[in-house]
Amino acid sequence: MTFLPKIALMGLIAITAGCTNPDRFAAGADDANADAQAGANDPTSPLFFNQTIGDRVLFTVDTSTLTAAGKIILDGQVGWLQSNADYLAIIEGHADEQGTREYNISLGFRRANAVREYLVSKGVPATRLRATSYGKERPIQICSQESCYASNRRAVTVISLASLS
Amino acid sequence: MMKRFLIALVALMLAGPVLAQSGPLRLTITDGVIEPLPFAVPSFEPENAAAAQVAADITRLVSLDLSGTGLFREIPASAFISAHSSFAQAVAYPDWRAINAQALISGAVTVSGNQLIVKFRLYDVFSGSEMGGGLQFAGTVDGWRRMAHKVADAAYGRITGEGGYFDSRIVFVSESGPKDNRQKRLAIMDFDGANMQFLTDSSALVLAPRFSPTGDRVLYTSFASGFPRINVLDVTSVGTRQLQTADGEMAFSPRFSRDGTQVIYSLANGGNTDIYRGDIASGASTRLTSAPSIETAPSLSPDGSQIVFESDRSGTQQMYIMSANGGDARRISFGDGRYATPVWSPRGDLIAFTKQNAGRFHIGVMRTDGSEERLLTSSFLDEGPTWSPNGRVIMFMRETQGAGGTSSLYSVDVSGRNLKPVPLPNGASDPSWGPLQP
Repeated sequence: MTFLPKIALMGLIAITAGCTNPDRFAAGADDANADAQAGANDPTSPLFFNQTIGDRVLFTVDTSTLTAAGKIILDGQVGWLQSNADYLAIIEGHADEQGTREYNISLGFRRANAVREYLVSKGVPATRLRATSYGKERPIQICSQESCYASNRRAVTVISLASLS
Repeated sequence: MMKRFLIALVALMLAGPVLAQSGPLRLTITDGVIEPLPFAVPSFEPENAAAAQVAADITRLVSLDLSGTGLFREIPASAFISAHSSFAQAVAYPDWRAINAQALISGAVTVSGNQLIVKFRLYDVFSGSEMGGGLQFAGTVDGWRRMAHKVADAAYGRITGEGGYFDSRIVFVSESGPKDNRQKRLAIMDFDGANMQFLTDSSALVLAPRFSPTGDRVLYTSFASGFPRINVLDVTSVGTRQLQTADGEMAFSPRFSRDGTQVIYSLANGGNTDIYRGDIASGASTRLTSAPSIETAPSLSPDGSQIVFESDRSGTQQMYIMSANGGDARRISFGDGRYATPVWSPRGDLIAFTKQNAGRFHIGVMRTDGSEERLLTSSFLDEGPTWSPNGRVIMFMRETQGAGGTSSLYSVDVSGRNLKPVPLPNGASDPSWGPLQP
């Protein structure tokens, strides 16, 4: 029973992983889909990870320090990753538009790496986690105000099946 | 008389820095009263019937190129006393002096099939003599714009004593779509925005292309793998290949070495970004910085001996210069705000940069010792300067604010004057100005 839904989900994950902006299709992107809803109620599904545990943490301007709220979300991610050992994760770091392109790639990588190091420190094997950065290239909120910037300064843990990597 | 002509020109070239020192930059410079040098370009003579249209087109473009610099002003044909309809005809200098044309450009065009020949002469009207000898360029009718640019480059070069920049190309990122679903493709264009062609499709995010010194190849950053990696693209064949990068590493911000065999770039590993130098053929690389801070955006000096780069080792982004082999670096930026994306000018005298201060972005220049900082532009987001081949003009990206924000390319004189957009059909960012074409 646990295997079949995962196969169904694999297709969804494959689409997600193949997209240049995976997190846009993550939390809440597919509510109308019955299978996805079923997945969201299954604690072993990536949708449960995205929607219930929380796939992202936010950062203050020009920092890569994890906040207390962020660490609570990451503790949840640790638990999920430890219970679902056949999944890998790519952690994507992002920056808001208030900065130059190259620096923001580096800053996003610092953020992704801060998350990766935290997960590893709590017992997730480093071999299951990779970090990347999109800098300021993939905002999810597009206004030029702090309300949008706050959502864009993020690190998103994107789950994928080990067999797909 | 010749001296007067040259002195006027020298005064013109010096006017920028002199004005710049009189106060903080910004638009005061663009508003500065500079009298451009008046010139006349009578319609180039078509030497056969087939050349009539292209002769008119070339005349128009030569004039546009020169006027577009802001250093020259075209005298309209309606003011001409002398028709000067024949290339071989002796110049009636008094007629041109009477309308205050200081330079006169005369040309002739022949077309046979797709073969195009353009001849031109330049006259110093007030000294009543020709400047340099006659020149002849051969090309194709399809490539008529390049022939016009070559004529304009020759005239610009003879009058200013410096190289031109009209017959050059720019590689950049063409953008479309909203901010949260922006499609980016590499594209190439003439310096004036004409002849735009795509070099990649939009299947993968691409950033910051950089021309090789001869313009034959382009380095750029691609996210095709989900991780930033450096690709090399051959401009003629449009073939690409990826530079070697170890698993878990992200490589970006590349630039060619002056001989085109090596690349300096940033490599991020474990959250830390440093600068490396790699051999394009073998993939062998050397680490040039090893600080826990972010070191990125390296740019080589024209002689290849030094690298200017940005680092946040002091706590904020600032610019530093080190030997091309790495080692100790000295900080050159000390003003308010953050300094990024330094680019060494081809003349070697200036560093162009992006400055972020008090919620605004600026393109600026400073000397290589950090002195004489001047800001040339100001907007919500100006970023990523690139130098014209002669070091006189800077092109950069300007992005507008808000949910509907779009990017476009602008150019500005190093004096801060003559700010203008590059006309393109789509959004555009990350320009890299290539060399004068052979």
